[in-house]
Amino acid sequence: MKFGILVNEGPYNHQASDSAYQFAKAAIEKGHEVYRVFFYYDGVLNATRFSEPPTDDRNVVKNWQKLAEDHKVDLVVCVAAGLRRGIVESSLAPGFRISGLGQLIEAGIQADRLIAFGD
Amino acid sequence: MEDDFDGGTVKKFMFVNRKAPYGTIYALEVLEMVLISAAFDQDVHLAFLDDGVLQIKKGQDTKDLGHKNFSPTYRALEGYDIEKLFVEQESLEERGLTAADLMVDVEVISRADMAKLMGEMDVILTA
Repeated sequence: MKFGILVNEGPYNHQASDSAYQFAKAAIEKGHEVYRVFFYYDGVLNATRFSEPPTDDRNVVKNWQKLAEDHKVDLVVCVAAGLRRGIVESSLAPGFRISGLGQLIEAGIQADRLIAFGD
Repeated sequence: MEDDFDGGTVKKFMFVNRKAPYGTIYALEVLEMVLISAAFDQDVHLAFLDDGVLQIKKGQDTKDLGHKNFSPTYRALEGYDIEKLFVEQESLEERGLTAADLMVDVEVISRADMAKLMGEMDVILTA
């Protein structure tokens, strides 16, 4: 199955990004395709290259980054939501790209299922 | 971005508004999604339930709040051919409201019918 994933909350404050990551990873391991992960609302903060969590905990940003590296997953950050929150090209961790909300709608059209993570 | 979009597919999209207009940014940013979706010629539906019904309540004044009052945008949706607006009857009643308190034309439906309608959708985005 072809999945689109929407991440609606920032890292650490909320479980949403972790759950989305675990879902994406499991889906890929089961042979499914992750067409795109779209980061919206505070979810754009998952893309910051300035995040440095304590080393004895998971690294949410690096988890996404590695997923993109290992499986060429398309990680898209909403430009408008990012601008509001200080996430711009120069603050992106490797593996993420900035684009418009059209990329989310398009994922909804192209994917068999669009799954949203957040409240 | 939009270039690689397959123009042939039309899906039933529903944007579900469940939160009050101010206090969190969800209502405003859902509206931004809705406006973009209009450019994709999809079958767009909006649902208002829980505190989300307050998003389209008449007479919003945000001056003292220091926020932009974005409620006029709901009235502009018609111009984007977004005309399928559904409001949950029970959510209105629980808040002492009726359709006359709302700033746009909507179809008021029961909670059970809202659930049925959701079941017919291809893509549901909630906030």
